[in-house]
Amino acid sequence: MHELSIANSILDTVRAEAARRPGARLTKVGLRVGELAGVDPDSLDFCFNVLVTGTEFAPLALEIETRPRRQRCPRCDRTFRVVEFDISCPDCGYLETRCIGGDELEVVYLELEEP
Amino acid sequence: MSRIPLEKKVLSENDRIAGELRARFQNHEVLCLNLVSSPGAGKTTLLERTLDGFASGERVAVLTGDVQTDNDARRLARFGFAVKQITTGGACHLDARMVERALVDWRLEDLDLLLIENVGNLVCPAGYDLGEAAKIVVLSVTEGDDKPLKYPAIFFRADLLVLSKTDLLPYVPFDLATAKENALRIHPGIEIIEVCSMVQSGLESWRRWLDERRRTARGAPAAPVGRGRAGDR
Repeated sequence: MHELSIANSILDTVRAEAARRPGARLTKVGLRVGELAGVDPDSLDFCFNVLVTGTEFAPLALEIETRPRRQRCPRCDRTFRVVEFDISCPDCGYLETRCIGGDELEVVYLELEEP
Repeated sequence: MSRIPLEKKVLSENDRIAGELRARFQNHEVLCLNLVSSPGAGKTTLLERTLDGFASGERVAVLTGDVQTDNDARRLARFGFAVKQITTGGACHLDARMVERALVDWRLEDLDLLLIENVGNLVCPAGYDLGEAAKIVVLSVTEGDDKPLKYPAIFFRADLLVLSKTDLLPYVPFDLATAKENALRIHPGIEIIEVCSMVQSGLESWRRWLDERRRTARGAPAAPVGRGRAGDR
């Protein structure tokens, strides 16, 4: 929904790290995006490229790892992947399971070439 | 070539500002609520009935968002409380920056309750945190009982579902039990009330819910029950 704003935040992170490593050439940004983050990976990639083009960082690849929604059942401790918004425990049917994954939005790594 | 691990959370600018607003609301013990619905579901009418029921000294204010016009602000201003219109000009949702700007000449220390009426839209407002303590989704019986399944994000993130215009039930194919089942399937913990603002039925449940939330907002540490990003709050 707000991929441009997120791409901008990613670029801010990149800028900050680049400033710590003068002379290094950044080649790739690794991102982790959960299903629940509400971010469309293609749209994010597009927006990121728009922002990077014409700057000192171009070209800079964005590698996006998507993470599925995962829940844990507090009653029987089963963890499971959520399919079609059904968060009921597949073992015991308990409804109020807890989110343990799928809402990530993180810069995981930067790849660079040292001078 | 080397890889530097970072593991750094990304916050959109909106989340950053919303976080600041949330902290300000909590510090001043202001209960902030974000009302979301399709256009015409009855948010403004519900707010009219709500304001009408408050004593004149009630420390409540309203922000109302629309793409164009200040019609809603005019309707709500009739009850004597502070009301401000946010006209987005094109944006289909309110965002935290718009709320921050609108609050600039209000003093949060003078408020207990801030009601925000979002732009009529069941999709985009789900993704824009305004710093609220809870989202409330209003769904009218003229809209279809499968809407929670079609628009899961907002039903997932709302603490309360208000089923509105219940006086029209005899004339529409909407099935109350099905709608509630669907909402609970998407969000097992969601609270549900039924209202008809025009004939004033169900408003007592709504007022009770509001009172309970206001009690929690006063002096209780901030822990909104709604489904924001895990670890966000």
